[in-house]
Amino acid sequence: MAELIAARGISKAFPGVRALDQVDFVLQPGEVHALVGENGAGKSTLIKILMGVYRRDSGTLSVKGQDIQDFSPQAAQSSGMAAVYQDISLARSLTVGENFFLGHMPKTGWGTIDWALAYDQCGKLLRGLGLDDIDPRATLSSLSVAKQEMVAIAKPVFENADILVFDEPTALLANEETEILFSIIRRLRSEGKGIIYISHRMEEIFAICDSVTVLKDGRHVRTMPVTDTNPDDLVRLMVGRSMEDMYTIRRSPLGEVALEVEGLTREPRFRDIGFDVRHGEIVGLFGLVGSGRTEIMRAIFGADPIERGEIRLDGKPVRFTHPSQAIAAGIGFMSEDRKNQSIALPLSVRTNINLANYPAISPFGVVNQTAEREAARTYIDRLAIKTPSDTVAIRNLSGGNQQKAVLGKNLASNSRILVCDEPTIGVDVGAKSEIYKIFEQLTEEGVAILLVSSYLPEIMGLADRILVIYEGRQMGIVERSEFDEERLVRLASGLQA
Amino acid sequence: MANIVKTKPRQGITVLGKYTIGTSTTLMAIVVILFVFLSSTSSVFATPENLSNLLRQTSINGIIALGMLMVIITAGIDLSVGAIVAIAGIVNALLMQAGMSMWVSMPLTLVIGAAIGVFNGILIHEVSITPFIATLGTLTIVRGIVMIMSGARMVANLPKEFGQIASGDIFGIPSMFIIWMVLFVATLFLLNYTQLGRNFFIIGSSKEVARLSGIRLRPNMYAVYGLSSLYAALAGILLSSRLSMGVPTAGISYELDAIAAVVIGGGSLFGAAGSAIGAVLGAIIMQTIRNGGNLLGIDPFALQVIIGALILIAVGVDQLRMRKAEKG
Repeated sequence: MAELIAARGISKAFPGVRALDQVDFVLQPGEVHALVGENGAGKSTLIKILMGVYRRDSGTLSVKGQDIQDFSPQAAQSSGMAAVYQDISLARSLTVGENFFLGHMPKTGWGTIDWALAYDQCGKLLRGLGLDDIDPRATLSSLSVAKQEMVAIAKPVFENADILVFDEPTALLANEETEILFSIIRRLRSEGKGIIYISHRMEEIFAICDSVTVLKDGRHVRTMPVTDTNPDDLVRLMVGRSMEDMYTIRRSPLGEVALEVEGLTREPRFRDIGFDVRHGEIVGLFGLVGSGRTEIMRAIFGADPIERGEIRLDGKPVRFTHPSQAIAAGIGFMSEDRKNQSIALPLSVRTNINLANYPAISPFGVVNQTAEREAARTYIDRLAIKTPSDTVAIRNLSGGNQQKAVLGKNLASNSRILVCDEPTIGVDVGAKSEIYKIFEQLTEEGVAILLVSSYLPEIMGLADRILVIYEGRQMGIVERSEFDEERLVRLASGLQA
Repeated sequence: MANIVKTKPRQGITVLGKYTIGTSTTLMAIVVILFVFLSSTSSVFATPENLSNLLRQTSINGIIALGMLMVIITAGIDLSVGAIVAIAGIVNALLMQAGMSMWVSMPLTLVIGAAIGVFNGILIHEVSITPFIATLGTLTIVRGIVMIMSGARMVANLPKEFGQIASGDIFGIPSMFIIWMVLFVATLFLLNYTQLGRNFFIIGSSKEVARLSGIRLRPNMYAVYGLSSLYAALAGILLSSRLSMGVPTAGISYELDAIAAVVIGGGSLFGAAGSAIGAVLGAIIMQTIRNGGNLLGIDPFALQVIIGALILIAVGVDQLRMRKAEKG
């Protein structure tokens, strides 16, 4: 049989971004093909084009020797393609068996669903894959996240798909489950099926994959057998890019230690995290999605409980059980999920800027309206928030201006320590650099900033030091003078520097 | 289930409590048109007797609607208010019958009412039962308790001065209406000028945003359901004063009238939208149509159809206008 997938010269542009530029990708039968690249390199765009989710702008695509003009997710599925994405896209309130048969439940002679047969078939397959401990009759949501992921992985096997895409399949898995996954993949390979494997974890790529394609900034860098390369070279191919000026800010002189964290632990998300941030300093937190970085931030802010460890503010130990205490102590928090965690979408810009400020401006519970207006005006001016007026609902603002309002919210409540989780997510380039300028001013005023970012140029440009997290474990703290993309990526992939 | 009844917040009320022209002017205009139309078609409508009767009738639903409004602003719902109307009337009547002064029995009844609301708050916040189900359960329990307490019989022979609360006038204005307006101003103040009111709107737009902004959910959830029940208990006392007895079946489906008034007045079951003036106007419009319809001799069942249609039109028109605005 010829190539399972042959994509040549694939290009795709989104407004303002060239997501893919003349990318070639070939998948052979019986091949496990790794697709690697940094965030934003174009991996997901390529997969979505292959799976019929996006339409390519140019290039040719053939699946199992058939030229494909118009593709759709349904057409992809009926050509035997299946993708398992990172976020489990199954019906959580249905049973494992129902999820396997979704919409195609076997029928009895009476036209009713043949439950016994359905669960029997499903159970047989699960046992065959070594997943004996998953009950086909169990509701998906009653299973652990790792087991749910295994169900998601087993489903395309059940459907007998012969082109399978695994997008970061191990992000939620423990070691034994990863082993089961690998044995499933080996079995599929021996049956002549093609597998596209996306992962940031170098050791997995070298453990299971036959060949690897590196993408960078939407371009095809190289395709080669994994035996021709090693983790170091691969990382170099992925990141080898010069830093841009945009991410460089003026450094401020450092003051006293503002925030100190020691032995911070919340199993199973993270353990023994210890670092400090000085006034005027930006400390970066770098790690892959799911590495525990967001959870660490939330724990410091009192949004999630901690099991062990100590947090000290200006030398004094504190223990927060509710964000209100952290806010009162001068900590501000910018969540990565702006719309669901940082702003009240239907409410006015004025209310949003004052969101964490009301206790301070409401003597006897009555809001001081002058102070409220004043705070809104101050931060709209100071942060150059573009809005027709402060009574407009914040949902009408652009992402960048919303994010500036979130900064305003934290400044209005007098934050001396700012915890920022992906502060430039969904923000356009112009607003991005404005936010960096604001960080620059804040550090000059002695504000300490804890910055989570998965975008290397950003975190390397802004941070004075970078703490690298891998699977909830602290891999090291890298000083600015020793910043090096390869080293950071290695650490974040669980390799020693 | 609750999703079925949810509508998108209306345009023009997105700004905290401050009513922008659109909806409130429309509601005002509807009230004026109704009054002009009914005055010209019915010789009875504009008489002082009928108008004062109309205001008394509206006050009960109007008071409950103000409490319901606050709950709806937090993206919740309170189905137990009708049952609380009944239990307040019965408890207060039984206490007075047992010889307690009404100046003691009424505050005591209000406290009991508020406590039932806090119970709702506990179910919703601590046990994480959705407001719809939690207050449905409370409704059923309270209805049962009312029947047990009263033996399913009315509690009559109440002190004369108790009956005068609802029937009395102050400067020719029905005292019930004055009580309602006092509560209206208090609610308006609470929603627009206090931290508690801000908290309700913020919680209504997202509980997680509220929590991460340092708002403690527990006291706020207790407060909002407690207030809603407190208002309903007051309405229950006034209703039994008006009838001069405690009626175990009082207040049936009053929760639906209150929700309707809030929604006609621009409230959204998605939360974070609605205003006190809107809820007041919504209650007035509903009661005026009922009152006027009766005077014009319209079949009361047909009136029900009209009021149902009114709810759908009020919300539907705004939804369409909003969808149009979204498409640009």
